Amino acid sequence: MNALARLFYELTESFRIAWAQIRANKTRSMLTALGVIIGIVAVTLMYAAISGIDRGFQNSLSMLGNDVFYVDKWPWFGAEDWWNYINRPAIEVRDAERLNRIVEDTPKSLLDVAVPRAGRGCSVKFGDGRVDGIFAFGTTAEYARISNVDFVEGRLFNEIEDNGARAVCVLGFDVAEALFPHRSPLGETVTVDGHPCIVIGVYAKQGEFLGLFSFDNQLVMPIGAFSKMFGTRRGVELQVKVKDQTQMGAAKDELIGAMRRVRGQLPGERDNFTVNEQQAFKAQLDPVKFSIFAAGLIVTSMSLIVGAIGIMNITFVSVKERTKEIGSRKAIGARRRTILLQFLIEAVSICIIGGIIGIGVAYAVFLGVRYQMPSFPAEFSVVLVLIGMTASVLTGVLSGFIPAWGASRLDPVVALRYE
Amino acid sequence: MIPPPPPDPATPRTLRPHGPLVIDIRNVTKLYHMGDETVHALRGVTLQVHRNEYLAIMGPSGSGKSTLMNMLGCLDTPTSGHYEFNGKDVSSMEDDELAAIRNREIGFVFQTFNLLPRSTSLHNVELPLIYAGVPPNERRERARQALDHVGLGDRMLHKPNELSGGQRQRVAVARALVNHPSIILADEPTGNLDSKTGEEIMYLFDTLYEQGNTIIVVTHEEDIARHARRAVRLRDGLIESDRVTVEPAAV
Ligand SMILES: Nc1ncnc2c1ncn2[C@@H]1O[C@H](COP(=O)(O)OP(=O)(O)OP(=O)(O)O)[C@@H](O)[C@H]1O
Ligand SMILES: [Mg+2]
Repeated sequence: MNALARLFYELTESFRIAWAQIRANKTRSMLTALGVIIGIVAVTLMYAAISGIDRGFQNSLSMLGNDVFYVDKWPWFGAEDWWNYINRPAIEVRDAERLNRIVEDTPKSLLDVAVPRAGRGCSVKFGDGRVDGIFAFGTTAEYARISNVDFVEGRLFNEIEDNGARAVCVLGFDVAEALFPHRSPLGETVTVDGHPCIVIGVYAKQGEFLGLFSFDNQLVMPIGAFSKMFGTRRGVELQVKVKDQTQMGAAKDELIGAMRRVRGQLPGERDNFTVNEQQAFKAQLDPVKFSIFAAGLIVTSMSLIVGAIGIMNITFVSVKERTKEIGSRKAIGARRRTILLQFLIEAVSICIIGGIIGIGVAYAVFLGVRYQMPSFPAEFSVVLVLIGMTASVLTGVLSGFIPAWGASRLDPVVALRYE
Repeated sequence: MIPPPPPDPATPRTLRPHGPLVIDIRNVTKLYHMGDETVHALRGVTLQVHRNEYLAIMGPSGSGKSTLMNMLGCLDTPTSGHYEFNGKDVSSMEDDELAAIRNREIGFVFQTFNLLPRSTSLHNVELPLIYAGVPPNERRERARQALDHVGLGDRMLHKPNELSGGQRQRVAVARALVNHPSIILADEPTGNLDSKTGEEIMYLFDTLYEQGNTIIVVTHEEDIARHARRAVRLRDGLIESDRVTVEPAAV
């Protein structure tokens, strides 16, 4: 009990001394803290950027859906031996119908539904307004079972419109915004590369995919209508939803078997299609992410090390200057721990001050960046503040330890003699 | 057990009986190594001090007074010999155990005051109590009392650089007193003061002695030593003489 109380009093005394010491040497303390400030700004900003980028990756990947397979002629990545793929027969709209029939006939199938998807770039016009670089794609009414994107207004086309290949479409958020500022586009007729099409819905804002492609610049119509306008000779992609996310492996095996039947492939023949999945993107992204993380870690630790050296130096100076004081304190009963704590806390206090200022500066920079570049995926969070403060306290402890340890081991007689 | 002290003609047993033994050192030596040279700061000192003695340690410069004082104050450990403080063997104690003894049993007064420059008198006097784990309110109260005791009740919130030399030394005495130590050790407490202020500090020690404290003062001034009741003279690291001085006139 008394030991605990004593530790507490020693700690408060140490903070008091540290504060007095910092105030008495304002310039010196601020210059030292500057090193820590720079380090903490680097750490927090880097972490904000990295977590923002990571979040961007995650968001983009989840747009692909973690329970959806993509059946294509080509693999998304790593198709070096292209001659193996070039002669594959295109994937057709009716492959989706056949696949769905097989799935329905399979008891306890792991697959839910397959929809075809054909797409191309186009420009969309309404009145005098025109937007280019829009991605138009055609699919079936069953797309509603795969996509969980919200609507600002309206709806997806239904089965009747789908079967009738009616020229109706759903606009991405940005398309609607550009062509119909401050009004509803529902019921209006836009022209898609010259083909008239009635707007029946508008998607909610979704964002970009890895900054490459915006889901808000798209337009969705029945695959029949798409086929009439643009044709589907180049083939389609099948999106296949899985019932249970935890059985992706088994579901993939089932899908490959079913597709082989759809395509009438013989045993022993190589698949003439590829099942792609979100995982492939992740495998591509992870090394990129890792390099960004590693580079960030190296840069930030360098700047923190420079700050730490400054702290260590100032603590050595402080110990030297106050050698006689250390002697006096030991003479009246300060133990090794007391002296060690005193100088450690002094180092840590400067670091905490540097950390608080550094986090403030980083937050200001962050606000500035977000104001200038709203799409930059940086994030500032409580976790970040905690990381910043932990980093500064650790810097203080690690850099203050050697000088503080030296101070605590001083022989009181030698310290008292020191002039 | 400790062997009986060797018969020493220079140390006549003419002292009047005192309270219990506080300091008991026997055959203590202290060597310093300076490169190839060895300095014998103490060559075998035997000394007993009882409760409520008032002792002056005298001797020429370099005779080992400060070395002996540091040893008595548990700041330093002997190269050889025995030291029992209040019946406890301190010659083999660890650093932190010694720190605890210094904190509770010993009050130091230095020639150069050794106060914390940026702290008030009150906080300087509180410091030993902080290290002793005394709660803040009690700490402040006791520090106030100690400062009142040395006549500085009106200077509690002054920092050392706002005080005269004599006042600083009074703060140091209050700091030495505040934890009710078994013994007060003062190494040339008047060395940095003019003779009048020095006398005042010595009167303060006289009062503390009258109140029952045990005091050892190192000095090389006969005037200062005359305040004490017993004088120990060192020469070349050995006790040259140890005798009761003439009782001063009652105050
Ligand atoms: N840390 C040390 N290293 C080497 N020699 C030392 C050390 N401390 C003391 N000495 C030596 O020990 C001897 C006794 O020193 P001490 O300080 O005890 O003398 P003193 O009697 O207090 O002298 P003064 O009256 O000048 O203060 C001296 O010769 C001194 O040089
Ligand atoms: Mg001396």
